[in-house]
Amino acid sequence: MALESAVIEDKLTGAFGDNVSGFVQIKDILSFEVQADNANAILQYLKEDALLRFNFLTDVCGVHYPDNEKERQFAVVYHMHNWMDNVRIRVKAYLNGDTPEIDTATNLFLGANWQERETYDFYGIIFKGHPQLKRILNMDEMESFPMRKEFPMEDGGRTDKDDRFFGRSTDNALNF
Amino acid sequence: MSDLLLPPEERYAKIIKQRQNEDGSELAILNLGPTHPATHGIFQNILLMDGERIVDGEGTVGYIHRAFEKIAENRPFYQITPLTDRMNYCSSPINNMGWWMTLEKALDIEVPKRVQYLRVIVMELARIADHIICNSVLGVDTGALTGFLYVFQYREKIYEIYEEICGARLTTNMGRIGGFERDWSPAAFKKINDFLEEFPPIWTEFENLLMRNRIFMDRTIDVGPISAERAMSYGFTGPNLRAAGIDYDVRVMQPYSSYEDFEFDVPVGKSGDTYDRFCVRSAEVWESIKIIKQALAKLPEGPFHANVPDYYLPPKEEVYTNMEALIYHFKIVMGEVPVPKTEVYHPVEGGNGELGFYLITDGSRTPFRLHFRRPCFIYYQAFNEMVRGQMLSDAIATLSSLNVIAGELDA
Repeated sequence: MALESAVIEDKLTGAFGDNVSGFVQIKDILSFEVQADNANAILQYLKEDALLRFNFLTDVCGVHYPDNEKERQFAVVYHMHNWMDNVRIRVKAYLNGDTPEIDTATNLFLGANWQERETYDFYGIIFKGHPQLKRILNMDEMESFPMRKEFPMEDGGRTDKDDRFFGRSTDNALNF
Repeated sequence: MSDLLLPPEERYAKIIKQRQNEDGSELAILNLGPTHPATHGIFQNILLMDGERIVDGEGTVGYIHRAFEKIAENRPFYQITPLTDRMNYCSSPINNMGWWMTLEKALDIEVPKRVQYLRVIVMELARIADHIICNSVLGVDTGALTGFLYVFQYREKIYEIYEEICGARLTTNMGRIGGFERDWSPAAFKKINDFLEEFPPIWTEFENLLMRNRIFMDRTIDVGPISAERAMSYGFTGPNLRAAGIDYDVRVMQPYSSYEDFEFDVPVGKSGDTYDRFCVRSAEVWESIKIIKQALAKLPEGPFHANVPDYYLPPKEEVYTNMEALIYHFKIVMGEVPVPKTEVYHPVEGGNGELGFYLITDGSRTPFRLHFRRPCFIYYQAFNEMVRGQMLSDAIATLSSLNVIAGELDA
């Protein structure tokens, strides 16, 4: 029998209570939030529980929500996959905008190493306990975290073109 | 500060000092890359060598990082396709199709069966092209140039098919939301049929040239092995994972674009070494041929795109002659028909593993966030573990068999 979304929800709320919330089916994937402090324990539970068996970490990435309240300005998104029942889930941990910190998942999945480094490189999210948290795609001397929304892609001082007419405004909301 | 945060030269200096004190032997640091014929792209491996044996290593990437994700956040949806082309450029149609399917999932667009089959055909052709390159270059890296010269012309033939379909060869920018730009011409089908006729005997000969070749076997068996468990933990997918013995294939696990309609096997290896990776890719080429033949035989008639005028760019000749088409064209190009607020993850089986697109939209003309799950980036981190204790020449073969494409690695 396939692993039902309701079963995942029941098991997680049973084990972690309020630390997991916001269960919602978006398209084909069950998505939910976890408290950053418990993220590692929850990922471990998802991986090791005999019924859940989310044995494969598909993807880790960051998201910046500058318009959210301070406590929820960054998110680390984990996509996990249970190969036996062929079920995918999306786990989101929201982080504080001033001190985005979360425990590393490298103790659970070796593959988290570079993905967390990439997330740190782009968003400045600190993965506590990561063995080698340094920039990976950008150069070490760089000071900004370029995927944060406050860093425009192009030089704001340019006057030779109006980016709005090319769909290139740095602020999506201004487009409409 | 952790030793790992030090640049490899400084970190290795400690080890070198310690080792020299112990037994008097000398260790050396060797930079394999960034631009080296055997790295097949711009990335560096800083290796600590004991003679010809590798003691430790660190991979350094990012030399051609082009901020695709940042650019994608600033471009309307149609303008993102060229970015996907340039990731794994050996099989760019797979990237294109993956991106369109992600958008179609976000928009709940059901594409006609004919489009799905045509997509399968072009994606499998791309997979064959990808495997041709990887396997033949593995031959080159172990000293066998002949095979490469022999099969490479068939990659050109595949490029000619792309050219017939969309006008481009390498960076194809192929397709539209909901289907193709135009239906495939009879010439395209002829080229595909010719390819299917001419290529299999050549591939058999190529296999004969290497698979039971004593030198090739000695150079690849037990070279750069990785266990199934470690491969899984590292996040391996695609042929590299299957070579280690796990039959995970996105086309089977989560069929997209009608893959469930076709009969094919998922080749698996046992030991996860370089030879197995070669054999798995080689067998996959046969499976791809099988799929293309089935798709051609069962190809349904019907439209070559879904009826979604809000998102499907109208044909160019109509844009020139029809006011409605011109308006739609303008609105779509300017991104005035946004994708509704949603969040999707769509995986496809790329040439070298699970290529995933994670898209968050906020109802505006550009993605709020687009993350590419790039298979190369995820498994290249295992490279140093795979070659530790091996010879330098083994590192070359291992790197080649991993099929790391720098464009995708850095993105």
